[in-house]
Amino acid sequence: MGHRILALLIKEFLALFRDKKSRMAVIVPPILQLLIFGYAATFDLEHASLAIFNEDSGAISRELIGRFQGSVGFKLIGYLQSDAEIGPLIDSKEALLVLHIAKQCSANLAQGDGCPVQVIIDGRNSNTAMLALNYVRSIVSDFNQEWVEQQATGTKLPAQLTLRAWFNPNLESRWFIVPGIIALLAMIVTLVVTALSVAREREAGTFDQLLVTPLRPWEVLIGKAMPGLIVGVGEASLIILFTVFWFRIPLVGQLTTLYPALIIYVLAIIGIGLMISSFSTTLQQALLGAFLFIVPAVTLSGFSTPIANMPPFMQMLTYLNPMRYFLTIVRRVFLEGAGLEYFWQDLWPMTIIAVVTLCMATWLFRHRMY
Amino acid sequence: MKRSSLLRIKGMIRKEWLQVIRDPSSIAIAFFLPLLLLLIFGYGVSLDAKHVPLALVIEHPGPQASSFSGGFFQSPYFAPVVMPSIQEAETALRQSKVDGIVWLRENFDRDYLQKMSPPISVLVNGVDANTARLVEGYVQGIWFGWLEQEAEQAGKKLRSSVQLEQRIWFNPQVRSTDFLVPGVLAVIMTLIGALLTALVIAREWERGTMEALLVTRISVLELLLGKLIPYFILGMGGLALSLVMAEFLFHVPLRGSLWLLLVTSALFLLVALGMGLFISTIVRSQFVAALVALVSTFLPAFILSGFIFDIQSMPLIIQGITHLIAARYYVSILQTLFLVGDVWSVVLPNSAALLIMALFFLGLVYRKTRKNLE
Repeated sequence: MGHRILALLIKEFLALFRDKKSRMAVIVPPILQLLIFGYAATFDLEHASLAIFNEDSGAISRELIGRFQGSVGFKLIGYLQSDAEIGPLIDSKEALLVLHIAKQCSANLAQGDGCPVQVIIDGRNSNTAMLALNYVRSIVSDFNQEWVEQQATGTKLPAQLTLRAWFNPNLESRWFIVPGIIALLAMIVTLVVTALSVAREREAGTFDQLLVTPLRPWEVLIGKAMPGLIVGVGEASLIILFTVFWFRIPLVGQLTTLYPALIIYVLAIIGIGLMISSFSTTLQQALLGAFLFIVPAVTLSGFSTPIANMPPFMQMLTYLNPMRYFLTIVRRVFLEGAGLEYFWQDLWPMTIIAVVTLCMATWLFRHRMY
Repeated sequence: MKRSSLLRIKGMIRKEWLQVIRDPSSIAIAFFLPLLLLLIFGYGVSLDAKHVPLALVIEHPGPQASSFSGGFFQSPYFAPVVMPSIQEAETALRQSKVDGIVWLRENFDRDYLQKMSPPISVLVNGVDANTARLVEGYVQGIWFGWLEQEAEQAGKKLRSSVQLEQRIWFNPQVRSTDFLVPGVLAVIMTLIGALLTALVIAREWERGTMEALLVTRISVLELLLGKLIPYFILGMGGLALSLVMAEFLFHVPLRGSLWLLLVTSALFLLVALGMGLFISTIVRSQFVAALVALVSTFLPAFILSGFIFDIQSMPLIIQGITHLIAARYYVSILQTLFLVGDVWSVVLPNSAALLIMALFFLGLVYRKTRKNLE
């Protein structure tokens, strides 16, 4: 029995790695993608183009502008002379935002009146707009706080607010995104290796030959699952190395708690991949099936947008998504150093998904529809 | 000559069409995929944090502490939970039951009355940095509002300062559907284009039917046109469905002209189809073509196009790489045409880039295919 599975395993690895192109296509893109996406996927605003229309001539507006110039979030692209210049500048995307400081701002403030400052933001990408607005707000509110304290010399504000962030003290979104990429790429690689490999045999007709050999369905399952498991876990390990040593994301938790979760996650994806391939008779169908799974799985995982912000119905759907669980686990192990007792509630649903999908895949090997 | 050429193209189209109909996965790609994606993105994705679970620890509920914490119960951004001790709140934060803690110590009221400026400690879970930053901003807002209210009740006015007035152009209510739906159209068109054609030439090589095609009198150009036209029509059908959904289901305003939208979309579809054909021609193996299509389409269009992540905030090298992603130009055009109008200074350069990419990919496919004929 052992040698039958071994023979099948050797055949599977040969099929996957014999061809140079397919070897390259499995191994190279994930690393490349990690490097590119790790830098690209960020919610931290950096050098957003800012234009300033300053009608005030006093010292206060100069100080406020100085604060914007000193922030890494903004890049000053120039000063405007009239209201009419604002429209074209924003329409053509030359400036993401314009800061308009009204006349007499400094004089008004000195007299105890307020100084209105208008910020006009390009809302085409409302996400970036909100990000920029948040940066503007925090610069202005820091400015105000100091101004109020400076004016009312001697008396402090009636209460102080102290803000502190746990696990990610500088609130770098890269710390959040890069561990997420581990989950993302492990899923894609594993799915590709499993879903496409059976479909290829189906299309070539060799899968039927496999089924008439003395191999039992579960032996076929092991033969088909092992390459996915080894490639998926291997590739994920490589990405983890890059995450720790290249991106310098702190790994607070233990790898020994992360790996069992990783293996269960990869097994769940293998089950899904094998199910997709049992439903497809051609590679084109398998490719479509892979996309029909990957795109919703990525969107509804919390990778780029939090699950808590989704409507209740969508939140229910995310419970079926193995990526949702592993994403939480990998982020918490990396940043919080969470042990098994803290992510147990994410581990057992993923285990159930893995068991159910693998059993169904085995059953579908024999009882496929067409 | 001209007529026979048309005839050959027609024959080729008919053959492709039969293949499309016999394996309905192509039709599913063109129509089911956009439906699914639009529903998920249109309803499921939002970055606006609301009802964030927050632990309130008030060690001594005096009048000041209560008036401050009242602001959290009225705010739509928070779902506060009162907890008796900071230890319990910290455990809840560690278990991800709450995303933040607001902690008023026992002597808050006393120190407040004695003008000793007592601290209000705010702890947030920083793992999701973006949400954490939003939460901090909301807390600051509540704190400032409370200070003003307290000053007013004491008959004083808080020293006035810079008052920020915000204007979000083109999308004043910041409806995230209005920006996500145009963006997801670009992802959809990328997927449709590449998925439809990534396998079609590799399949012919793999099954040996390419040689059968090459010995006919069909020229390379006719062959490619025959491959391109049916999938172009399918792709435009998918686009039409997506546009109808954007307008009538999600009510995204279309402020630019529909014609310009259709022309630029057709251009983008040509790039996407060209990319698919290019993959197919180069690798000649369906398995590898499928692999390449999987990794080179969805994620780049999702992450590098400016659809969710801001391109200007990326490092310069990565910004350079985004110029190789066709979806980047299309996202820019779509967001402008939908939300702003016909702004030529955005539409023209981006369309030019798309045109160059279409010519580049289709030209390469043409050259590579001819080589194999010899």
